[in-house]
Amino acid sequence: MMAISLTKHPMPEQDPKVRAHNFNEVALGYDEETAVAEAERCLTCKVPQCRKGCPVGIDIPSFIAKIKTRDFDGAISTIKESNALPAVCGRVCPQENQCEKYCVLGKKGESVGIGRLERFVADREMAQNKEIVPIEYAPDAQKVAVIGAGPAGLSCAGDLARKGYRVTIFEALHTAGGVLSYGIPEFRLPKDGIVKKEIANLEKLGVKIEVDCVVGQLYTVDELMEEEGFDAVFVGTGAGLPHFMNIPGENLNGVYSANEFLTRCNLMKAYRFPEYATPLRVGKNVAVVGGGNVAMDAARTALRLGAEHVYIVYRRGEEELPARKEEVHHAKEEGIDFQLLNNPVEVMDDGKGWVRALKCIRMELGEPDESGRRSPKAVAGSEFELPVDTVVMAIGQGPNPIVASTTPGMDTNKRGNIIADEETGATTKPGVFAGGDIVTGAATVILAMGAGKKAAAAIDEYLKKKRGA
Amino acid sequence: MKAKVLKKELLSPGVYRFDVEAPRIAKKTQPGQFIILRANEEGERIPLTVADFDREKGIITIIFQVVGASTELLATLGEGDEILDFVGPLGQKSEIEPGLGTVVCIGGGIGVAPVYPIARGMKEAGNKVISIMGARSKDILIMEKEMRAISDETIVTTDDGSYGIKGFVTTALTQLVERGEKINLVYAIGPVVMMKSVVEATRPLGLKTIVSLNPVMVDGTGMCGGCRVQVGNETKFACVDGPEFDGHLVDFEGLRARQGMFREMEAEEKEHICRIGLGRGA
Repeated sequence: MMAISLTKHPMPEQDPKVRAHNFNEVALGYDEETAVAEAERCLTCKVPQCRKGCPVGIDIPSFIAKIKTRDFDGAISTIKESNALPAVCGRVCPQENQCEKYCVLGKKGESVGIGRLERFVADREMAQNKEIVPIEYAPDAQKVAVIGAGPAGLSCAGDLARKGYRVTIFEALHTAGGVLSYGIPEFRLPKDGIVKKEIANLEKLGVKIEVDCVVGQLYTVDELMEEEGFDAVFVGTGAGLPHFMNIPGENLNGVYSANEFLTRCNLMKAYRFPEYATPLRVGKNVAVVGGGNVAMDAARTALRLGAEHVYIVYRRGEEELPARKEEVHHAKEEGIDFQLLNNPVEVMDDGKGWVRALKCIRMELGEPDESGRRSPKAVAGSEFELPVDTVVMAIGQGPNPIVASTTPGMDTNKRGNIIADEETGATTKPGVFAGGDIVTGAATVILAMGAGKKAAAAIDEYLKKKRGA
Repeated sequence: MKAKVLKKELLSPGVYRFDVEAPRIAKKTQPGQFIILRANEEGERIPLTVADFDREKGIITIIFQVVGASTELLATLGEGDEILDFVGPLGQKSEIEPGLGTVVCIGGGIGVAPVYPIARGMKEAGNKVISIMGARSKDILIMEKEMRAISDETIVTTDDGSYGIKGFVTTALTQLVERGEKINLVYAIGPVVMMKSVVEATRPLGLKTIVSLNPVMVDGTGMCGGCRVQVGNETKFACVDGPEFDGHLVDFEGLRARQGMFREMEAEEKEHICRIGLGRGA
């Protein structure tokens, strides 16, 4: 038997110098031979561990085995039993903390590239433009309303439709996808090529999507159930309220929330201004505050929009960066300047209402806090100014209150997150379920999808009882 | 959702009135709320405060001024054309209730449009409504007939004196105060500088003044934070916390600065288009 390579087959990527100036996808994907060779690294463990790391429970060993035998159609079918958006997840899941973390190969070297293989079979299928057979609904099929067409809502809707429920997704923006459309940049997750197609496939399956519908304003949850005839509701409205630091100068021109910065670019296509009318002023020197994936996305977007120098300003150290290692690596390759252990204290005015600089203070790490991360402390007298004309705040976001505040009986916690059962998504209001960032606070695409999936199963149980089955 | 333009009217140079078919939105809209529209695939999302709504006919009326590329594009739509995206209602409704007493409703420029449903609501609730409408000159005054129909008294001011009182809306407001009119509440909607001067006029009188803000925004649901405005000690999002705020607490200077955030960029682009001959005439 041939010795198994300790490293993954490398992912073909655009050259960092080239890609830093375009919005095309960075990672290019495996070809067939590489995919099969990577699949052959799988040891086919008797007791596979990988699967327990998957929030939606994909039968990973089975789909990899099928890739080994070049049964690519079989492989994607296996994935789709558990995951409605494989081309998305193959790209943006933090596999290193999930399936790949448990892969036995990872103990001695690198795990099997499970995410890369998922992407390969998903992309391959997508390229074939296979016909999707619409679901045939029973005449008396029950109706479910899903609020929010992001990862949680899409996965919940897909599962429910496959169980025979008539599902309508209500989306506030003009494009479905939630964070997949407005947040994650084109160069990590192509919109026309991937997101729109995945969503179109759900629609072909029979899921109805109504964009431009702000539930809470146009309809309340009660109205959906009492007047519009929905038998159950799933709330997956996400983390849609950006946090600011509440430091002086934060309302100056040139300061954006990461949400605004990324929405202008991704959803409104400001990177194609003036063909698309929405502007986005980037400036020459940009500071992105925060160390998560959103911060990396904003920084790399700024670079592509023409900024000359882009800083990441983060109050803890390299080890504590919450972003995926791969994203940090990509950002560094592209020339993002990491100003770690620095915390902004003021955005400085140029005297005309615009940003002139970001005043920061140096930090040092103290003892670990409750989260296990070492908590940063300011070093007295160490303030300095970073000369920038644009500041992007990427320090997280809270739950959007519009649905919760108009839904009596559906309780929220003191942060404003909807209180929902971890296993079922059931809220305190009968017939109303919730999942994703609106429940957990800002997390990942796949965790939201997992929550949507669990809720779909629970809604199925609830509706079975309701119809006396 | 898509929404058809049922009626288009040029109110004054560059100012259009659209009656838009949007029955579901009309059913829910209250005075003070706004909609966001996107004329076509390439267009910006534009927030516009609702100028009128007719629940029975299912119509939302919007009034807008051509100020940039996106409103220019919107103005090219004709009767029967569809607006690609029409979202609403958004924001909090005005607090309209009976027994408020005398309410002065001030509209400056096309600010008359959003003040109209509020004034009407105030009147319907049984309050005394005195409306002040300000314009630079008579030919750009809009909605006079509508305002007169729902107000107990209507005062027009023009900067150039071509109609009504020569002066600003604050001139008329001061005259009301001087004649001993007992005012309980002031609504002021219009350009930032107008709202600011009304607020400065009412502040020493301790006269509660509500303003409606229209800052730069993208989504209109609290997601982007672009519309943040300093109100007292707090940063508020105009889209979900507003658009109406206590005028005495609003940082108008900050608001005005933020409204200019993209102006230069859009102006540069416009000039560029003119120079390469892609302008309106081309």
